[in-house]
Amino acid sequence: MYPAGMEERIAKVEATRERRLKEAFPRITLDEKTPLLRVFHPDYVDGAMREVLVGPNKGDCTPNELADLLEGNSRINPDEINLEAIDYDVDVLVIGGGGAGASAALLAQEQGANVLLATKLRLGDANTVGAQAGTQAADRPNDSPAIHYMDVMGGGGFTNIPELVEALVKDAPEVIQWLEQLGVIWDKEPDGSLHELSGGGASRRRLHSARDYTGLEEMRVLRDEVRNRQIDVLEFAPVVELILDDKGQAAGAVLMNLETREMSLVRAKAVVIATGGGGRLHYQDYPTTNHYGATADGLIIAYRAGAKLIFIDTMQYHPTGVAYPQQIVGQLITEKVRTLGAQLTNIDGEQFIHQLDTRDVVASAIIRECRERGKGLVTSTGQPGVWLDSPMIDIIRGKGTILRELPAMYRQFKRFDIDMTEEPILAYPTLHYQNGGILINADAATEIPGLFAAGEVEGGVHGRNRLIGNSTLDILVFGRRAGRSAGQWAKKAKLGSPSLDHVRRWQNQLKKTGLASTRPISPKLLPDYTRHGQTVGV
Amino acid sequence: MNEKAKMVDIYIMGKRYQVPEGLTIMQALEYAGYQLIRGVGCRGGFCGACATVYQVKGDPQLKYDLACQTVVQPNTYLVQIPFFPAEKATYDLEELEPTVEQILEAYPDLAKCFGCNTCTKSCPQDLEVMWFMSDALRGDISEVANKSFDCVMCGLCAARCPQGIVPYNIALLCRRLQGRYLAPRTKHLEDRLAEIKAGKFDAELEELENMSEDELRRRYAERDIEAA
Repeated sequence: MYPAGMEERIAKVEATRERRLKEAFPRITLDEKTPLLRVFHPDYVDGAMREVLVGPNKGDCTPNELADLLEGNSRINPDEINLEAIDYDVDVLVIGGGGAGASAALLAQEQGANVLLATKLRLGDANTVGAQAGTQAADRPNDSPAIHYMDVMGGGGFTNIPELVEALVKDAPEVIQWLEQLGVIWDKEPDGSLHELSGGGASRRRLHSARDYTGLEEMRVLRDEVRNRQIDVLEFAPVVELILDDKGQAAGAVLMNLETREMSLVRAKAVVIATGGGGRLHYQDYPTTNHYGATADGLIIAYRAGAKLIFIDTMQYHPTGVAYPQQIVGQLITEKVRTLGAQLTNIDGEQFIHQLDTRDVVASAIIRECRERGKGLVTSTGQPGVWLDSPMIDIIRGKGTILRELPAMYRQFKRFDIDMTEEPILAYPTLHYQNGGILINADAATEIPGLFAAGEVEGGVHGRNRLIGNSTLDILVFGRRAGRSAGQWAKKAKLGSPSLDHVRRWQNQLKKTGLASTRPISPKLLPDYTRHGQTVGV
Repeated sequence: MNEKAKMVDIYIMGKRYQVPEGLTIMQALEYAGYQLIRGVGCRGGFCGACATVYQVKGDPQLKYDLACQTVVQPNTYLVQIPFFPAEKATYDLEELEPTVEQILEAYPDLAKCFGCNTCTKSCPQDLEVMWFMSDALRGDISEVANKSFDCVMCGLCAARCPQGIVPYNIALLCRRLQGRYLAPRTKHLEDRLAEIKAGKFDAELEELENMSEDELRRRYAERDIEAA
């Protein structure tokens, strides 16, 4: 049940539903897309970004909050660290315990490497578990990796790095099979064919799902496999700096015990960064769908070690974050709700954008509808939103579809007494994904020898806008590639003497430019939602 | 959620705090001043990190929920369960068979279930835990997979089981057996893998990679779109 004032508004959505069920709302053209984004996409809001003042991306723009951290002060004083006192000596260190990190650890071990996986919270605490809609892979007869390639490039505004997209689309079917052999349960038809749906910007049905718990199912299995293969895992152990050797190769890392604050040292012949994104930095005060630990730590440590970043001026705002109830504002309403047929309508019950245009477009259109046209609904807490007409799903696809295909979504709203099979839900864009990140090649190698990156922390695969179902694909494809590459690198790597000179040089540069006294300590590690912090976290 | 909201009393490990009404349990803990390290994760109801046991004054029944998905009630006594040392069997999935014998070999305690239903009552996802444990005992792996599918592995069932059974890990084993051995095979996936291996798409991908942006844009705009 909604409060009385909102209940009355729903009548307008219901009144147009029958007409809308037959209405074909046009998709946006490439010519219409650019001006819409330029005016309404959050990436283009004046004052929200600034140039980075130091480091490999000096002069490039990025959100203010990220720029401050990229220019931040180290958590360690290199002079106080004895690099001879090694606590863990391994072939491959994997930083991050989400889908990309777990995949990398498994593949590195298959190369014969002795692997340590260190992660900030628990193994599996990552955005992976919140991914709902599915994983793209072109495996149906009317589809092909080439068609998938075209969709990815178009979604990214034709800015993506071609060799990375090729890797993504070509490995995709293999990744689906790999997961199934590990015991992931894909949604299937009784004859064994995969039950695949489409999504925004996809021209074929190629989303492989596990109800709307796809990422959770993938992570549960990967985590269990990491444990079965007895890979060493250190939890509550974020990396605060990388260690290089005197030849500039990756040589290990400094870990911090998140509870005791004690530092420990890892020596490794190869390092994989798989730390995810930065939604918890709340760019422009947006709420986020992201995991509590998503504070861009991997970008910070890689950047300080000299790695080049790419597309750090583009973030993804998921079109449909929860706008009501207040307790869960900004949490994800999976795009699968729109895939299954739910349309977006304004306060008058009218469509204003095709629900399956790309995420950058749909998010911008919702912002335009609320801000410029005044056709959004504003809740009692001042939160704007548009309607997502979820009851259409069961009308189009048969009663019971929502309960079968969207149990997580149904449960989420039911906990707050809203039945999405009966009533529409209110949505507004929410900070969702870091489109860019550390520059890699198709082997997941960064520009620093021996340093690899996989998943949301890397950039170039998705250009300026990622499509639905390509993030869980990215973590698996590049997680596997990074693990394999790191395992192979470790076999032949000859480490020089370990060094934190890059941190010394960094701090000297901050002092010289006057930034040392004005910039925060980074990586940030955790957001602060205590009363004395600024915001109530969702 | 402004500062003028009505305040309610909550008790964190027995100590009283006042928080605005309407917050989730997680937000209430944070409002009270805790910067959480344990007992917090995805904040969206998927990761199971914030499993919480609580009691409301005057009602002796324990309640179980996810802190990120539950509005805090006045006069609530909160207990976070950030860690529970539940047993997990180590196995090589490739060497298993989808049988009840294998499940019991990995988790012999399963046979000690006496049907008290405490696991079901403690599940914050409202899953029928005791029923899928009884399915597991009968070797009906597909049914365990189906009934347990929405499990976020918070571990409350294992923490509360008087017999030391670990339902969420048993269900995980069953789901993996289902996906690996019992789900029907997919011919169109196998066909596609063979085509990729044979290099069927290499020339077309290479052409696309070397194509001018204008030509790529033209082809993109003209591509046909299958119904969702």
